[in-house]
Amino acid sequence: MSFLRPRDLIRAVRCCKTAADERSVIQRESAGIRTSFKEVNSMDARYTNIGKLLYIYLLGYPAHFGQIECLKLVASGRYSDKRLGYLGIMLLLDENQEILTLITNSLKNDLNHSNMYIVGLALCTLGNIASAEVATDLVDEVERLMETSNSYIRKKAALCAVRIVRKVPELLDSFVEKTKHHLSEKNHGVLLSGLALAIELCEHSSEALVQYRALVPNLVRQLKTLLTAGFSPEHDVAGIADPFIQVKILRLLRILGRGDAISSELMNDILTQVATNTDAAKNVGMAILYETAVTVLDIQSDTSLRVLAINILGKFLANRDNNIRYVALSTLTRAMATESAAVQRHRNTILECLHDVDISIRRRALHLAFALIQPSNVRMMVRELLSFLEVADAEFKPGMTANICAAAERFAPSRRWQVDTVIRVFQTAGNFVKEENVDNFLALVANQPDLQPFVVQKLYIHMQKDLAQTALVQTGVWALGEYGDYLWQSPGVASPEGQADAELEQCNAKPTEIITLLDNIMQLPYVTVTTRQMVLTALIKLSDRLQSSSSTVKDGDALDALGLGSTASAPSPATPVAQIQGILKQHAASVHVELQQRAVEYSNLFCSEFDESRGAILERMPVPKYHPEATVAAGDLLLGGGAQGGQVGIATQSVPGASSAGSSGSLLMDLMDDAGPSATGALSGSTLAITAGPSSQPSATVDLLADIFGDTSLSQNTTPTVSSAVVSPASVAAINSQGDLFDLLGQPAPASSAGVPPAPEATASYEAYNQHGLCITLYPIKDPAQPQSVLISVRFHNQSATDTVRNLLLQIAVPKSQKLHMQPPSATELGPGQEAMQSIRVHNPSQSAVRLRLKIVFGTSGGQQIDEIVQFAGFPPTLV
Amino acid sequence: MIRFILVQNRQGKTRLAKWYVPYEDDEKLRFKGEVHRLVSTRDQKHQSNFVEFQNYKIVYRRYAGLFFCFCVDANDNELAYLEGIHFFVEVLDAFFGNVCELDLVFNFYKVYAILDEVFLAGEIQEISKAVVMTRLDHLDKLE
Repeated sequence: MSFLRPRDLIRAVRCCKTAADERSVIQRESAGIRTSFKEVNSMDARYTNIGKLLYIYLLGYPAHFGQIECLKLVASGRYSDKRLGYLGIMLLLDENQEILTLITNSLKNDLNHSNMYIVGLALCTLGNIASAEVATDLVDEVERLMETSNSYIRKKAALCAVRIVRKVPELLDSFVEKTKHHLSEKNHGVLLSGLALAIELCEHSSEALVQYRALVPNLVRQLKTLLTAGFSPEHDVAGIADPFIQVKILRLLRILGRGDAISSELMNDILTQVATNTDAAKNVGMAILYETAVTVLDIQSDTSLRVLAINILGKFLANRDNNIRYVALSTLTRAMATESAAVQRHRNTILECLHDVDISIRRRALHLAFALIQPSNVRMMVRELLSFLEVADAEFKPGMTANICAAAERFAPSRRWQVDTVIRVFQTAGNFVKEENVDNFLALVANQPDLQPFVVQKLYIHMQKDLAQTALVQTGVWALGEYGDYLWQSPGVASPEGQADAELEQCNAKPTEIITLLDNIMQLPYVTVTTRQMVLTALIKLSDRLQSSSSTVKDGDALDALGLGSTASAPSPATPVAQIQGILKQHAASVHVELQQRAVEYSNLFCSEFDESRGAILERMPVPKYHPEATVAAGDLLLGGGAQGGQVGIATQSVPGASSAGSSGSLLMDLMDDAGPSATGALSGSTLAITAGPSSQPSATVDLLADIFGDTSLSQNTTPTVSSAVVSPASVAAINSQGDLFDLLGQPAPASSAGVPPAPEATASYEAYNQHGLCITLYPIKDPAQPQSVLISVRFHNQSATDTVRNLLLQIAVPKSQKLHMQPPSATELGPGQEAMQSIRVHNPSQSAVRLRLKIVFGTSGGQQIDEIVQFAGFPPTLV
Repeated sequence: MIRFILVQNRQGKTRLAKWYVPYEDDEKLRFKGEVHRLVSTRDQKHQSNFVEFQNYKIVYRRYAGLFFCFCVDANDNELAYLEGIHFFVEVLDAFFGNVCELDLVFNFYKVYAILDEVFLAGEIQEISKAVVMTRLDHLDKLE
């Protein structure tokens, strides 16, 4: 059973109550149409079937079996058949289907048909779905039709040509000349399609562009006629004569005037006229003004005209229509590159748009607002943006924090202001701050000793109010650990710009309060493990600050404040130090391995063995390098309007993802200061993790550690000993039994003599063998990507001045739990002073200590055969 | 240029779809859903009529229960396309006499004919309502 007419089918479908009903109706009908296609071969049946099929297709059901039937329908002589056939072809086929070439012949016949409506149908089909192949076959017909007297055909032919040029740009030459006639047409439809074709030609061919530049006066005249023409009801839209043509002409002028001073000069007058005479009351007028402004900004126009264009867009911003504000903001953002001074004048309106109800307008306004920041207005702009940050949508916040930090970095009038700004960012949107911003802020503070008291007080005050902002808490905890002593040592710090800051004045915290605050942070359920680790480190560092101040400060009050009293040498249970020990003890059984380890390690630091060295271990961290570019690059928006030429090159918005990724990479690289992740680097991991915040743990550097060591009064021999004791990640059991610990420490002694400063590759080196003129040095590298294996470069150096080492052979054995891969050495024969390298990889899934047994076999030039076996287990345990 | 035109009702049923750029069938289906989701959730009063869609822009306008959505190049003049949509709707209105959704359903092939008279190859073809109407009358007589 099938329905007679398409109309009946539509009714039946509309009557369906459920989707399942609809599906069954459609399936039945589709089946009916299929059989009918096979059995009946009359045009009438085909006509109704295709009609029904197209409706089925529109509902989203498959209808491709009708393609061939459409082709047959097109071959019919009747207009209505052709019309439905072509409609079917346009719906069911597209340029990518091979079957399309089958219609070339029908199209060709119809293009030559005497009935202009049939020609129109064929042109329409050609224009909508022509493939490159069909276009090439029919280009001659289209060319011919562009010259007929019938305007209906002419305009369709021109648009077909647009399609052909898009598909096969090589064919454009033949149209360049013919399109010129279209451009001087009186008929608006033909003129419009001619303009579309001209735009297409100029975009594809520089030759056409040059030729059409000669027509600029002609186009200017046409535009002028439209401006001055009286009322013509046919093309009038809301009181403006043919806005579509005006927009198209302006667009063509833009392409022609771009980079051509002479053409631009010719357009100046008319553009000014359009800009001043167009009525901006309705959307139509706005469309023209908008197009004019874009054209003015794109071509080489007068300065005054450009300012006029910016002012038009500025006026758009105050418009009540969202659409107008939207286009104005995106255009102004683009215009920032060249016209930043003019755009600056509309700053206040732009900032108002930050509070628009439409999120896409807010987004654009934000983009533009960041682009507007420059040294002269940075205080005011950042103030505005900070107040917006409080109410901004969550999706804006990550970008905003990065960009405000970047702006503060780049245009800071003073470091103090910058620090203050960044703290405010952390305080308002601390959960959206990128790690590199936190890292860089810490580096900045470490580099500004005069600001440290201010920073620590400010952060402390904020933390007392709010512990929910990750970045604030992390920086705060770090600052308390490093500079906590300022809180009880120097009451009242001069606030920014010398004014007394009431808030800061009253900040005179007792150590117990600070420790309680840190303890509170540890208790919070939402604080991350990284932050907790930082808290533990801050606590242990504070314990040292407390003790050192107790020994230096003689004042009785101060001692009371510390809770140490007169018997400071032996802390009673109520003292802050005891409090710290209590907290560490709590976490010695933490489920997080890292926390547990730290807590245990730090607790052990209170043992009397460390009395000598504790101060050195826990002193302030060495000042890291500060990289302002990294902050700036972390902001991914267009900042400071490129034109201002800031001191730092910024990655523009083109590849935000890539640029930020790149910058964090380089930040890490820089922090590492060219040192590979080395044994010592890894060692310093836990004490110095705070140096650069959570992200850069693996990158804490040789440099830093070397600094620590350099600053201490202790000899180098003891320092590595202690540091490995502090941070050994070996099992807790191993740490608890001190004997084991010192077992491990037995080995590094030779290393430290050769160790820092490191060898050429700046990795730590370990001398494994040095006899008979041959020195073998090991350079272990830990690849963070492959935590279970250690890459060791072996360097053979013939230290003898005369002897040659021959037939060098190195054999290595490792414990059973490990696996060894060896590459061949770069040479087996070493002349006097020569070197060779060999790389080996130790795969160590059980994470046990790397121990090597080396068998070294070589002959000297004196004929002596050396065959020796040595043991080596001197790698630091963190290398595992 | 216009990449595609969709006319959808508030439930997301597509009443007219015209593709000037070839897409796979499943892509078309996905776009219909995505465009509907993008457009129908927007606040008519307080939001602009433009939405970014992939690398392009959707310029849309709502007439009663129907959304007319044009997907256009990112650097095209959105305001002008808004006028274009309005012109198309005016022609539909003049042709059907106070057009409603059902007219589009039952006369879908005529709607396509009107569309093809107003837009061709992704460009606006004719901007005079009078010209389009006379053409359509002629075409109707030929049936």
